[in-house]
Amino acid sequence: MHGLVNRAIQRFVVDSYGSAQWAAVARNADLGFVEFEAMWTYEDSLTPRVLAAVCDVLDRPYDELMEDIGTYLVSHPNLEALRRLLRFGGVNFLDFLHSLDDLPDRARLAVADLVLPRIELREHNPHQFSLNCEGDIPGCGHLFTGVLRAMADDYGALVFLEHQGVKDGVETVAIALLETDFAEGRGFELGVSV
Amino acid sequence: MSGGTLCYKMLNVMCPMHVILNRNGDIRFAGPTAQKLLPDGSLVGRSFLDVFEIKRPREIKSISALREKAGMKLHMQFRDPPHRELKGVLMEGPEVGQMIVNLSFGISVVDAVQEYKLTAADFAPTDLTIEMLYLVEAKSAAMEASRQLNRRLQGARIAAEEQALTDTLTGLKNRRAMDQVLADLIAEGECFALMHMDLDYFKAVNDTMGHAAGDHVLQQVSKIMLNEVRSRDTVARVGGDEFVLLLRDVEDPAIIDQIANRIIKKLSEPIYFEGARCEVSGSAGTTLSSNYPVLTADNLLGDADVALYESKYRGRGRHTFFSEDLREKERDPALASSRTPIVKHA
Repeated sequence: MHGLVNRAIQRFVVDSYGSAQWAAVARNADLGFVEFEAMWTYEDSLTPRVLAAVCDVLDRPYDELMEDIGTYLVSHPNLEALRRLLRFGGVNFLDFLHSLDDLPDRARLAVADLVLPRIELREHNPHQFSLNCEGDIPGCGHLFTGVLRAMADDYGALVFLEHQGVKDGVETVAIALLETDFAEGRGFELGVSV
Repeated sequence: MSGGTLCYKMLNVMCPMHVILNRNGDIRFAGPTAQKLLPDGSLVGRSFLDVFEIKRPREIKSISALREKAGMKLHMQFRDPPHRELKGVLMEGPEVGQMIVNLSFGISVVDAVQEYKLTAADFAPTDLTIEMLYLVEAKSAAMEASRQLNRRLQGARIAAEEQALTDTLTGLKNRRAMDQVLADLIAEGECFALMHMDLDYFKAVNDTMGHAAGDHVLQQVSKIMLNEVRSRDTVARVGGDEFVLLLRDVEDPAIIDQIANRIIKKLSEPIYFEGARCEVSGSAGTTLSSNYPVLTADNLLGDADVALYESKYRGRGRHTFFSEDLREKERDPALASSRTPIVKHA
């Protein structure tokens, strides 16, 4: 598993619960180290072990944890870069939804060996969509629920999201787009001073 | 005229950063993105060549010269500061004498979107500018993560090297490790001997037979020394061809002399490297911890060095114990300058 994924879990725990909790997770998962390197590759089996340890240490249900991580990835100020990269997907939330099919390719353009879950958007009518996700780690549907919720907020759209369960390893998230311009949303300028 | 209107509508969507010039080269219309290039749409009404300087092709100073370059890539620049550079391409418009110039920011697009506060809506849906901006940010973020990793790895490497206690060539302890063992021995108040041993003629082997042969000799020499001491003793390589042996729990000079002479004898036997004969020998000097009312590492090392020097002076390939009178002896300056003492003593 790519270090970026493991590092994201680490940063979620550190930024939301503090370094002491993360140290407890690292011990619980028997990592033998505390810091994940974003640009290293780790054994695939490590990630589920870390997630289980996070649930154990924080005493949180797995699905809820995955959704929280998804929300964190988009909304935490420490990960502003990631929010910006996602915002390049579209000018409004609808546009963004349609860009989701390209997301794994976009990620690969940035980091060649980063493999994201396979995702596919289905449009049932202009307001009803569903997102199918299939990843190596269970719960990626919950993760995307968190990401979509935070992105809707970011764009100022009003949406209703529901995880509809797993079938043959594919998780489905129902998306009801109630209003594209519900609230102000957060700003996004193409250019930023680096 | 209706054909013209259709064309203008098309241009606004497909090339939002275009300008339309009349036969005199005045800007009659600017597309929605082009309008943002100058404040309050002040682009319209001005002469194209007053606003822009064509840098390449070089010879374009007049509208008629510009007209001849239809279809070619134009490198241009605002005449007003900050002299932003643009790329352009010009074609005849649908009306007589009319010219249409489509503009682009080229590689300076990252700065330009900021300066003109452009959004995704300012670019044609097929324009790859947004993807390019995405890539610039994504790659910068990935590069930064890699840079941080490299910095940490470099730091870890330096720290590891600083903490290393082993001489990588011979597997013996290095100078730092020897200093630690010596400090421990002094602190524990144990009785021990410190032997400083220097290879004779090693430089000649290195110079005439090459570094690979020299390295091989050092490895063989290390094995010889390790074989002649007990496992609780310490053998350290403290310089190119200099070694320090710390022998524990020995007081009897006869035993120490025996060890030294056994090592020197074996060192004097030829060592073969790829069939070639390498000949070295060893000179040694020893001081005993029991010589001192107060022990310091510098004194021990300095005195062993004096004794070693005496061995060299008396013709090499031998072992000498330190004694106070050695320090007073007159030295051959040529011999003294041929080697650097392990510690500088006053």
